[in-house]
Amino acid sequence: MRYIEPHAHMVSRVTSDYVAMAAAGCAAICEPAFWAGYDRSSPAGFFDYFRQLTEYEPKRAAKYGLPHYCWLCINPKESEDLKLAAEVIDLIPKFLDAPNVLGIGEIGLNKNSRNELKMLEMHVDLAARTGQLILVHTPHLEDKFKGTRLILDVLKNDRRIQPERCIIDHVEEHTVKLVLDNGFWAGMTLYPETKCTSARAVDILECYGNERLWMNSACDWGESVPLAVPYAALEMRRRGHGREAIDRAIYGNPLRFLSQNPKFKPAV
Amino acid sequence: MKRSELTDLYFLEARAKIIDLAAFLDRVGRAEGEFDFRYAALKQAMGELLRDEGDCARRVLLSFSDPTTKPIEKATTKGACGAWSGKIEAGNIASVSKS
Repeated sequence: MRYIEPHAHMVSRVTSDYVAMAAAGCAAICEPAFWAGYDRSSPAGFFDYFRQLTEYEPKRAAKYGLPHYCWLCINPKESEDLKLAAEVIDLIPKFLDAPNVLGIGEIGLNKNSRNELKMLEMHVDLAARTGQLILVHTPHLEDKFKGTRLILDVLKNDRRIQPERCIIDHVEEHTVKLVLDNGFWAGMTLYPETKCTSARAVDILECYGNERLWMNSACDWGESVPLAVPYAALEMRRRGHGREAIDRAIYGNPLRFLSQNPKFKPAV
Repeated sequence: MKRSELTDLYFLEARAKIIDLAAFLDRVGRAEGEFDFRYAALKQAMGELLRDEGDCARRVLLSFSDPTTKPIEKATTKGACGAWSGKIEAGNIASVSKS
C-alpha cells in the first residue's frame, strides 16, 4: 500500500511517527502552517516557524525517505491582531520559492469573526497575486457549517481564484456537498471525536464519489493518529473496496491535486 | 455492500455507542446542578435519529450547528464546545436545502 499524508503537523510529533508512517507506505507528507497552541508575540516568531517548516523539518523527514512539503500562513486563531497578521503575511513571499512550499494554508476561519474574514481575504489575495494553491481550514464543531459558507463566499467572490486549485479541508456530512458542488476539492480529517471516523469518511466517499476528495490525519499535538490514513484504507477494504479504489483515495487523488504545483514529487 | 453485511460489520459498534449515550444521559441526570444548553442540544439531535428520512448524520450535525449567516464582531475564545448556544435574529439564518 502506498499513500500520501496531505495534512500533518509534524513539528509537534516525535521522530518515531515518521518511522511508522514510512513503514506504512507513506510517499510524502504535507504540513500546513498552524496555531502553536499559544499566540506568537511577534512576526519574528513566525519567521522562525517558517524556517522550521522549510529547512529543518524536510531534513528530519528525509532521514526516513519521506519527502516533506509545507503550506504557509498565519492561522485564523491569530486573526484578532490584524497588524501582526499583516506583518506575517508580508513575510510569506520570501519563503514561497523554497523547494518544499506548496502554497498558502491552512487559511480559513475559526470563530467566524470579522477580523478572521479580513485576514482570510488578505491570504486569498496573496495566493491570487502569487499563483499559489490554497488549503483552507474550516471551523470546528458548531462553527463549521456557518464558516464553510462564509469561506466559500470569499473564494467565489474573488474572480482570480480557480476552485480546482483550492482544497477545503475538514468537511463532514453537512458541508461536503456545498464544497464539491462549487467545484472545490474537499478534505476529510480522521479525528474520531471532533471530525470524521474512518467509517464516516468511507460513507462520504461512497455517497459523493472518489474524485475530488482526500483523507488526512491532521495529526498534531492533540489526541490524533498519524496512521489514520492507512487505517481508513483498511476500513475501505473491510467495506469491499478494491485495491484500485483504495489507491485512488489515499494516493491518486492527493497526487492529482498536489501535482498542480510542479514541486510536488512523492517518493513512490 | 448489502444491508445485512453492513449490519454484521457495524451493529455491535453502534449498539455500544447508543448504550454509552444512554449511560451518559443517566450520569448527567443523577448529578446535581442545572442542565446546560449542550444537554438540550444532544436531546434535540437524538430526535433526528428517530426520523425515518435518511441523511441522518447530516441532520444531526446541522442540529448542533450555528445556523446564522453574519460574522460575529470579535472572537473572544479560540475553542468550540460542540453545540450552538446563540439565539436566532430575523434576517440572520441560513436556509438549508434538503439535498
